[in-house]
Amino acid sequence: MDLFFQQVFNGIMLGSTYAIVALGLTLVFGILHIPNFAHGHLYMLGAYVSFFLMTLYGFGFWPALIASVVILGLIGIVVERVVYRPLRDKPHINSFISAVGALMVLETSVIVFWGPQGRRIPNPYPGIVDVLGITMSYQRLLVILAAIVLIALLQIFIKRTTPGITIEAVAQNREGAMLVGVNVNWVSSLTFAISTGTAAAAACLVAPIFMITPTMGALLGMKAFVIVILGGLGSIPGAILGGYILGLLEAIGGGYLSAAYKDVYAFGALILILSIRPTGLFGKEGS
Amino acid sequence: MLLEAENLTKHFAGLAAVNNVSLNVKEGEILAIVGPNGAGKSVLFGLISGLLRPTSGHIRMQDTEITGWKPHRIARQGIARTFQTTALFDQLRVMDNLAIGYRQRTAGGFWSTLLHTRRWEEDKNRTTAKVMEILSFIGLAEKAFHFVSALSQAEQKRLSIGVALISEPKMILLDEPTGGLILEDTDQITDLIKKIHKVAGVTVCLIEHKMRMVMGLADRMIVLNFGSVIAEGTPVEISQNPKVIEAYLGGESVA
Amino acid sequence: MAVKFLREKWIYVLLLVLALALPLLVTNRYHFQIIIMGCLFSIATLSMNLILGYTGQASLAHAGFFGLGAYGLALMTKSGISFWLALPFSGLFAALIGFLIGLPTLRTRGSYFAISTMCFGVIVSLVAGNWIEVTGGFNGIVGIPVPSPIPLPFLGEISFQTQAAQYYLVLAFLLLTLLIMNRLVHSLLGLSFMAIRNNEVLAEAVGVPTFVGKVLSFVVANFFAGMAGGIYASLMGNISPGTASLDLTFNWLVFLLLGGVATLSGPIVGAFAIPVLMEYLQFLAEYRMIIFGVLLIVVIIYFPRGLMGAFTTLQERVQAVYGRRKEAVKGAARS
Repeated sequence: MDLFFQQVFNGIMLGSTYAIVALGLTLVFGILHIPNFAHGHLYMLGAYVSFFLMTLYGFGFWPALIASVVILGLIGIVVERVVYRPLRDKPHINSFISAVGALMVLETSVIVFWGPQGRRIPNPYPGIVDVLGITMSYQRLLVILAAIVLIALLQIFIKRTTPGITIEAVAQNREGAMLVGVNVNWVSSLTFAISTGTAAAAACLVAPIFMITPTMGALLGMKAFVIVILGGLGSIPGAILGGYILGLLEAIGGGYLSAAYKDVYAFGALILILSIRPTGLFGKEGS
Repeated sequence: MLLEAENLTKHFAGLAAVNNVSLNVKEGEILAIVGPNGAGKSVLFGLISGLLRPTSGHIRMQDTEITGWKPHRIARQGIARTFQTTALFDQLRVMDNLAIGYRQRTAGGFWSTLLHTRRWEEDKNRTTAKVMEILSFIGLAEKAFHFVSALSQAEQKRLSIGVALISEPKMILLDEPTGGLILEDTDQITDLIKKIHKVAGVTVCLIEHKMRMVMGLADRMIVLNFGSVIAEGTPVEISQNPKVIEAYLGGESVA
Repeated sequence: MAVKFLREKWIYVLLLVLALALPLLVTNRYHFQIIIMGCLFSIATLSMNLILGYTGQASLAHAGFFGLGAYGLALMTKSGISFWLALPFSGLFAALIGFLIGLPTLRTRGSYFAISTMCFGVIVSLVAGNWIEVTGGFNGIVGIPVPSPIPLPFLGEISFQTQAAQYYLVLAFLLLTLLIMNRLVHSLLGLSFMAIRNNEVLAEAVGVPTFVGKVLSFVVANFFAGMAGGIYASLMGNISPGTASLDLTFNWLVFLLLGGVATLSGPIVGAFAIPVLMEYLQFLAEYRMIIFGVLLIVVIIYFPRGLMGAFTTLQERVQAVYGRRKEAVKGAARS
């Protein structure tokens, strides 16, 4: 029974990461209708930027995290401008191909700069605490806590602040928003920046727990897509719920069933569910 | 009775774009569907052609229930259409566009194509002949090899009508076939529609804004407003109908 | 003009003669190997072109089907089945799986299809890497036999131990693929694929069963991918999960896009030109994927039809300008 709760705890931690990454993706995919295949790789870059700042310039954990969020936000704006915006009115397939190009550039750049082997980020909160027989490391607790804070902040931003409401307006009716004077390009950039910034935050939080590798984002990015499609494009609650469910399924499934195939479950589930409901679990008809 | 639509309703997120519309299309007539912008005319066409699924209601074509059928099945049943936004295969040439329109009348599939069987040969010859026929019918014979982007607006409209016509349909739905065209080109299209009706014997159902054009063309008219039918009758009756005049007050009344 | 030039038959005869005479012209083993790989990858990119270039569906699982064919053939030939029997079966195996995967995924919007195929491709490489009993895990399968010799009456037999023989084998399959693709795309069937790519809604509205078309295109493409994989396995002698990797799909995407989509020459040009180019630019090997990535972005934005496709675009543009000028002159003459 102890093992079960341990896995639940791990699942919640894993789910927190997935939730944040999926959240960023659902913003971009649901609002800008851009399938950002490079999302996972931008997440990975966030971890490497923080690693770079911590090891070369002696940044502390939190300053490095904040810097990484800002830098990745800027990179996100560049990616949107260079990779996706020129293809806005073209067939979707062109955006996919462009995204693949971006993905290749990001992954190889990291390999060229830092090598293909994994790197370690020193753990800023190395202690553990034992609660009811479950071993909880402070870092893992931090991830869960930070995720809750981040999600709450994002909700407030989207619902209560003017930029946030503007983003929702553009999501619902792009042309209408343009007609009332909204600068849609600026909204696109902002949405992308939030998407990549939050992904970077998630990556930095998780980095001390696992090793960082150039390929750490690839599978994660694809899982984020699975979550977003199943949870509903543009649905923040869907992304959060989906993230936690996937995290739990993987941790529990990995603990009791085969660990090697845990990644296959998510992808297999996607194909299975699409065969029953081609618009995704919470998708809408048309478009 | 060629087409019967019974109590058709289509909801979009709570708003009824088409509300309890019933209509009949008689074989061999020219029926015009008119109404102010946003009245639901294109949505109605979408329902009949299978692009949209009715929230409730039935559609029957010559006693066959076609409600909820996918567009390509309805096309094969004999209903062809054009779109308000002049939908064409703009990456391809004029003759390719027509050939694709005729595809449903050819039988060959993967194996006959691969092995260049006699059926493939027949399909190819029949298609070529039919494409030539329609090209001269719509007056684009010299532009057969042109890409769509080289055609003028009016020529593109004629081509999209040709693509609908080439499949030898029983009924053709024309969604604003003269949209955005000047008077000279509008008359050309009107003549083409008359030709389709008389020469090819196809039942025509069209959506139009230009009342003067419709008055001289249609046998019967149906007026929609806010998704419901507000009047039905001959052009003369419609032009004297007070409800119709009221609906158009402030909108386009004479063109 | 330029397009007319490519329509001349003698060009193709010349290329064919050149291709047949190649073993006499190339003496370097390493270069020859590159050419053989170029031919194999041409088969892969030609088939990818069918689903992606002609039908407009972004299948990112192509290397996955290549891998299915490779592993399928490896397992069959290692258990004693002749290469010549195993090869069509490996193609059919890939096609069947393609059908099963295509059914659920092709009913969805384009983005979902791209992601689902990406996921499927990853599933294949993950299973290949973890199903140790069957696939040998990360070590893969080794010792795959070359194609068994073909006995000829009176002349002995053709064996496939030499590079030259292997080259002719691959060349033969490449020509077969070209022939089949040519028949498929230059037909009403090919037109219906392009109609699906250009405007799926309109294609449906004129009576083209778009779902059937997409599935057919996908299945045929995957058959050839699987077959290419089978040949690859036999000629290489060993395969690993990397044979089905997403990286390979991305490489092919670059070849296809740079060479030219929706043409028959484009994929071949791409599959040869780029690896050869990379050989000469060995010092850039580390940065290869960066260059490819940048090229992919630049090409899809500015030259979406690739090199060979650019000729068609040029022709179109010339016609459009020329056509409109004629109209303007006519219009001016009228008034």
